Amino acid sequence: MTQSLKNNLLKTIVLGSLIATVPLTALAQTAQEKGLAIAKERKLRDTGWGSSEQNMLMILRNAQGEESEREMRSKNLEVSNDGDKGLTVFDKPFDVKGTAFLSFSHINKPDDQWLYLPALKRVKRIASRNKSGPFMGSEFAYEDLSSFEIAKYTFTHLRDEACPEQPDLQCFVLESIPTDKYSGYTKQIAWIDQSDYRVQKVDYFDRKKSLLKTLISSDFKLYKKKYWRPLTMTVTNHQTGKSTVLKTSEIKFDVGLTDKDFNKNTLKRIR
Amino acid sequence: MKKIILRALFPFIAGTSVANADEMTGNIGVEGRYFLQDSQFNQQLDQQFTVHAETEFYFAIGEQGNSLTITPYLRVDNQDAARNQFDLREFLFLYIADEWEVKAGLGKVFWGVTETTHLVDIVNQTDNLASFDGEEKLGQPMVHFSTVRDWGIVDALILPGFRERRFSGEAGRIRSGLPTLASAAYESADKKDHVDFAFRWSNTLGDWDLGLTAFNGTAREAEFIPVVKSPDDIRLQPFYGQITQFGLDAQYIYDSWLFKLEAISRSSKTMQDTQAVVGGFEYSQVGLLDSAIDLGWVVEYAYDHRDAVFAARQNDISFATRWALNDAESTEFLVGFSQDLDYSNSRSAFVEGSTRLGDRMTLTIDAWFFTANDPAELSYNIRQDDFIQVDVSYFF
Repeated sequence: MTQSLKNNLLKTIVLGSLIATVPLTALAQTAQEKGLAIAKERKLRDTGWGSSEQNMLMILRNAQGEESEREMRSKNLEVSNDGDKGLTVFDKPFDVKGTAFLSFSHINKPDDQWLYLPALKRVKRIASRNKSGPFMGSEFAYEDLSSFEIAKYTFTHLRDEACPEQPDLQCFVLESIPTDKYSGYTKQIAWIDQSDYRVQKVDYFDRKKSLLKTLISSDFKLYKKKYWRPLTMTVTNHQTGKSTVLKTSEIKFDVGLTDKDFNKNTLKRIR
Repeated sequence: MKKIILRALFPFIAGTSVANADEMTGNIGVEGRYFLQDSQFNQQLDQQFTVHAETEFYFAIGEQGNSLTITPYLRVDNQDAARNQFDLREFLFLYIADEWEVKAGLGKVFWGVTETTHLVDIVNQTDNLASFDGEEKLGQPMVHFSTVRDWGIVDALILPGFRERRFSGEAGRIRSGLPTLASAAYESADKKDHVDFAFRWSNTLGDWDLGLTAFNGTAREAEFIPVVKSPDDIRLQPFYGQITQFGLDAQYIYDSWLFKLEAISRSSKTMQDTQAVVGGFEYSQVGLLDSAIDLGWVVEYAYDHRDAVFAARQNDISFATRWALNDAESTEFLVGFSQDLDYSNSRSAFVEGSTRLGDRMTLTIDAWFFTANDPAELSYNIRQDDFIQVDVSYFF
């Protein structure tokens, strides 16, 4: 290969990569547009998973380090153009064993939620506006466990930096402001890695705009060659010193669930 | 597979088979009740201890979700033998077809939306000796078909057999002035074996939950006939007539509000006809004053066409507030108050607190206080029966 040919080739490559990046810069993308684009890409990369089942273990720790455990199993169904459906049954603590929770997440209106109380055989509707409340006494709020939907937030791209827990990865730092006035948060700051759009860390700010808690996701595992799931999620409440570790195991995809598996009758008989 | 079915069909005959259940869940508890006032009648106890146990044995049949659930329940009281009871809360086969599910055996069904009284909930007999609040039920023989369609859920039940309501014995508190006879009288010649029918349609339409019910058969509530054994020995005999009852329940969600309504119309040849309604709201405040505490408010008004001597809530208003601390122990407090609007001196108040002790135990404390001074009103019978109840239960 001659020097000039090499130079030409190099020029072409450089030029080519320049052209490829031109549309982005040429549009003079605002921080909001970039934020939205990142959120859309995150959502897109988690689209098409269909249905899944998993086991979950929550370890609640108080400021003194005393622990208490929750165990549950859940089934989830992806719903296109709306939020997901979920059915969760509790195994621990033993006094709530068999209690089950059915939720239909929605994009533009409050979720539909029902709780089944096995001792009374009663299904109770839950006023789901109350999404900021703690889930099973943990540091997770109901809204933290609801499906991620673009319309629930307005996004701003703040900066790029090394991911806090995995410095070898580069992260987008994204500010998300809930559009729902009933959210318990004024904003969330999320670190999303640029390679796979996984949410690595989230800082949650309460209604007084002070830092309330931090979520760290880890032990990411790839399913169906496309979908990343964190097997460990740790939330630390900075105001109370309490923390909750949520460990997910035995995640199964393609379990053949349909709409028929998510109604009040299946809620009453779930095992 | 064959072994599983055999095991499921004959758990008791097979003896050890119950221990082979696919799942076993239950609780055993000790409850102490202390009455705060002198009793109205001689021989009545001042305190009583009860041991209660309930275990659910679940047997999966095949891989399609079909099952048998057996839930024996036992209660033993140290003072009032009438409270002793063994019951099968469930002995229920579940068969799931593509569009239908069928449950057959002894089972429990809950219908309705309100908190203070359950008008629409007609299928099961109330076990009013298990808890004062009427939330406990006896197992009901049933064949129950249910289907989920786009236009709602349909439940159709054939109920072959009736469970009598049971009442405190002479030594027991919270009873009528005259002792209740153990043997009941019936309108139907089939007595306990009359076959009843119940039907329900329910649906969720956006922010609305709606239900329509119909029932034909033996009344779950008794009327009482005085039986004169001798001039100083008059007793009450429970009488169960045949009734037809139509019910409506509706619930509407608006923000943090749940608006609730239940209404029934009951007709009978031998018992009093009635129309009754209960309605109100439940309002929840999450994260009270930026804490983790949830505060809930319940306000319900209840009307019954019958007189106060027949219906406990014939014109009554109730307020309750529920405090959930959302701590690891799931600590909760419920405080409530009821006022009879016809009898201004008739009212009741209650406090209920519960928390978890370790992983497997719960502590529940209930206190009830009654005020009444008019014999024409039902709670006059229990005006001296204020009590505090402490329950410790172990779960497995």
